[in-house]
Amino acid sequence: MSADAGPRGIAPQLARIVAEPYYQPIGDEVALFESAHRRRLPVLLKGPTGCGKTRFVEYMAWRLQRPLVTVACHDDLTTADLVGRYLIVGNETVWVDGPLTAAVRAGAICYLDEIVEARKDTTVVIHPLADARRILAVDKRGELVAAPADFMLVVSYNPGYQSVLKEIKPSTRQRFVALDFDYPEAAIEAGIVAAEGGVDAQTARRLVKLAELTRNLKGAGLDEGASTRLLVHAAQLIADGVQPATACTAAVARALTDDPEMTGTLDDLVHAVF
Amino acid sequence: MTSSTPSSRKLFSNELEQRLDELLFASTSHRSAKGIADGLERLRREQQERVLHWVGVAAQSYAEIGYLVATLAPRALERLDAAGFEAWVLAGLDAYDRLGGQHAMALLRDLEGFCAAREHAPAAARFADIEVRLARFIQGLSGRALALSAGTFPHTDTETVFLPAQLASLPTQDGNRRLYKATAALLWAQTRYGTFGSSAVDIQSALARWPDRERALRWFAALEAVRLEVVLGAELPGLAAEIAALRGPWPQELRPAVERLGRADAAVSHSLTFLAECMAGDAEPPLLPHAGAIDIEAALRVRAARIAREAEVVRRALSTLKGFGGRQGAGEQAPAVNLEGGKLEFSLDGEALALPPEAQAAAQSLLQDLGELPPECLVPAGPGAWLPTEREVGEGGGEDALTSHREPHRRYDEWDYRRRAYRRGWCHLFEVALAPGDADYVAEVSLRNTALIRQIRRRFEMLRGEDRLLGRQPEGEEVDVDALVEAAGDRASGAEPSARLFCRRIRNERSLAAMFMVDMSGSTKGWVNDAERESLVMLCEALETLGDAYAIYGFSGWTRTRCDIYPVKRFDERYDAAVRGRIAAIEAKDYTRMGVAIRHLTQLLEAQPARHKLLVTLSDGRPDDFGDEYRGHYGIEDTRRALQEAHECGVRSYCITIDRHGADYLPRLYGPARYTVLDDARKLPLKVAEIYRRLAT
Ligand SMILES: Nc1ncnc2c1ncn2[C@@H]1O[C@H](COP(=O)(O)OP(=O)(O)OP(=O)(O)O)[C@@H](O)[C@H]1O
Ligand SMILES: [Mg+2]
Repeated sequence: MSADAGPRGIAPQLARIVAEPYYQPIGDEVALFESAHRRRLPVLLKGPTGCGKTRFVEYMAWRLQRPLVTVACHDDLTTADLVGRYLIVGNETVWVDGPLTAAVRAGAICYLDEIVEARKDTTVVIHPLADARRILAVDKRGELVAAPADFMLVVSYNPGYQSVLKEIKPSTRQRFVALDFDYPEAAIEAGIVAAEGGVDAQTARRLVKLAELTRNLKGAGLDEGASTRLLVHAAQLIADGVQPATACTAAVARALTDDPEMTGTLDDLVHAVF
Repeated sequence: MTSSTPSSRKLFSNELEQRLDELLFASTSHRSAKGIADGLERLRREQQERVLHWVGVAAQSYAEIGYLVATLAPRALERLDAAGFEAWVLAGLDAYDRLGGQHAMALLRDLEGFCAAREHAPAAARFADIEVRLARFIQGLSGRALALSAGTFPHTDTETVFLPAQLASLPTQDGNRRLYKATAALLWAQTRYGTFGSSAVDIQSALARWPDRERALRWFAALEAVRLEVVLGAELPGLAAEIAALRGPWPQELRPAVERLGRADAAVSHSLTFLAECMAGDAEPPLLPHAGAIDIEAALRVRAARIAREAEVVRRALSTLKGFGGRQGAGEQAPAVNLEGGKLEFSLDGEALALPPEAQAAAQSLLQDLGELPPECLVPAGPGAWLPTEREVGEGGGEDALTSHREPHRRYDEWDYRRRAYRRGWCHLFEVALAPGDADYVAEVSLRNTALIRQIRRRFEMLRGEDRLLGRQPEGEEVDVDALVEAAGDRASGAEPSARLFCRRIRNERSLAAMFMVDMSGSTKGWVNDAERESLVMLCEALETLGDAYAIYGFSGWTRTRCDIYPVKRFDERYDAAVRGRIAAIEAKDYTRMGVAIRHLTQLLEAQPARHKLLVTLSDGRPDDFGDEYRGHYGIEDTRRALQEAHECGVRSYCITIDRHGADYLPRLYGPARYTVLDDARKLPLKVAEIYRRLAT
């Protein structure tokens, strides 16, 4: 969103997505999301990094013709960062809605990316918004904002994280309809890589093959295999004229690990495919 | 070698002759060693000893090679240094293992050729140096566990790929390393692309036609090398190209095979058809340096055992699924198998059946082996029954004899998967004090790892450094702008402004308690135990820097009536000299009854006030105990259950296993917990602190 809080710009401007984002459906997630939106249910997207969660939300926002407000959560994110705060303008204090409040008022889709990264006390403000009440308490102004029918809360989270400190609380999780995301099967993923990366079908298939080989090493030296995102990166480099093996080494192998031994193995895998 | 003899004077011919006679004793040849001994007399003592050593080694494989080495040694040592001489003998032995005595003798006699090749580079590659990287490479390719091991000649039994301890057939070390990779990849391809048959092709009977089985197998290996290279090339063109470059042009004898088998869709049946033509002629199969051999008996045996095991796993999983195992009697409906898009799905009456991950993996593996799922695994097992595939020792036998008469500190229930019930108070737990070990051990390890420890400290300091800014404080090092603005607002509207206008930095309250459970079973003796102790030293450094509450306990035992837990550091203890002494005292003891240890430590952990609780287990393989059923499924199921119980009381577990041999039981064992497998104990100290960092941030 463009939170342009000029002197009078009290309500931030919300961006609408005009052009259709490219999104390749994997299963019935589009229909489910639309149902949830109709029924005013919040949605939780689960899945590994770079598998298309963000892209999916962009696509759905476009499809449902709603503005999209995205907040990347981190552990310094305070309630005020979400809900809003007073600013001093000249000699006066002016209230500025935070992204969440703005999204609620505008009936937008609010996407809280990586919800587990947010502090627990921050997470609670979404609770009344994510159940049947659908209200947001703006404590500092003593205001209760009721969400219009179009408003939708979407959060994402990567269950692959191993930290015991970063588990999503059951009371949070059980408010959401959960959609599982994963890397799509080979043929579909190759289609995405070809479309997004601008490479031919065969190169895309090989990139996906490489991803498959690295995913075999998950838990055996790698925390995660290569994501679709990394494949798209490699494809873009290749489309730009970089040698395939060089592109994969830079965009895939080096992006996955710093461990020198593992790097050697990944190089071997890159050279096995290209 | 030289150390066995104190003197450094040369050995005279008669002494040499006597030693040679001893070494070559087993030979059927009646030649005298006299001539050879004369030849060796003029060498330096240290050279003489080296020659005698290698003659002995060679003679153990084949006495003729011993003779040849001894005969050629004086000439070889004119041209080669110590390492070169060793490589020359090893190359001969390697050829013997792979190709037989004639080839070996030819290779050794061609001293000129060997020296010429060697002059280009000191070129041998050693298995030990490439093992880790190669093992991961193969794991990346295969997706199913395939172990690597040093063996005499390269071959696979379908679960382990055996590679020679050293390769020197190419002139450069890099070339030899590539050769390792190519050989391993082709052996993997044998297991992946049907060399050992499928449900449609029975290799055993196909090969039974040939009376000269040895020759048939060598031809078969060569033909498969042709076929598999092309099959590989379809998905892994880079690898296929590398293999092609290594082998150079195909030898003349294989040209027709290349034409016929060189198609991406060629199957093993095509190789077998072609084999018939090769066997009809009288040509010998050509030597391919990269192709490896085929040990069909070993492969079929291991494969059959795996198929039986996995079919059982799938069948059992299907049987227990809702609506399937419940119905009994004849006319039982088998679930439908759908293989679309490479994904394996089961359904019954149109309803999808979700197999647990280990059964899904077993089914995938069956598909790889057979090309389809054997029908018998789709038939449900009889009431409550599945055949244990591992020998399980009957209950009680001999155990009471070992029953100790001490009163245990606690008794714990144990899960019996066959009864689907707990055995109440089954395990007797004792907390046993460790006698302090070497007081200087920890200091020594710290000294040896100064750089690493410094790095660990720095990393963990950074974590600790994630302080939190506490706003709206009456005093502090920074102004809280939010509060200030609010106060301005209040003042403007006539309300009483707050005086809490500052921020204060506070140490982030981590509220995490970590328990480390260390395997002290007999199997950890040696490397693993050393690695465990060293990693505890690193861990303590890390945790002391971080300030998390932590405890360390060792565990081992001998049957259910003597489950011992050794406190190394309790939660309320400081990391002091006593704790360091106990770390040094951790040693390999008896068996691994894991469940009870997990239950006990979970209890201790639960008593901690921290909000987050973490149990980290360090072990070196599957649970095991003496003389009872704990070995095998029982132990796996009980351990799994114990981890589940821990999970239910809010304890998160992370299991670190050192296991060099593909640990396929792990997903089942650690079901509810997260885990990692290290293939090399030596990595443990480097990894443990890192793993903890990932778990706890
Ligand atoms: N189904 C898909 N359709 C179109 N593009 C996709 C799809 N899946 C992945 N991509 C590509 O992968 C890239 C990464 O996806 P995205 O950013 O949505 O991942 P994410 O799941 O949000 O990851 P993270 O958890 O790291 O935020 C996208 O930019 C897009 O190029
Ligand atoms: Mg995203």
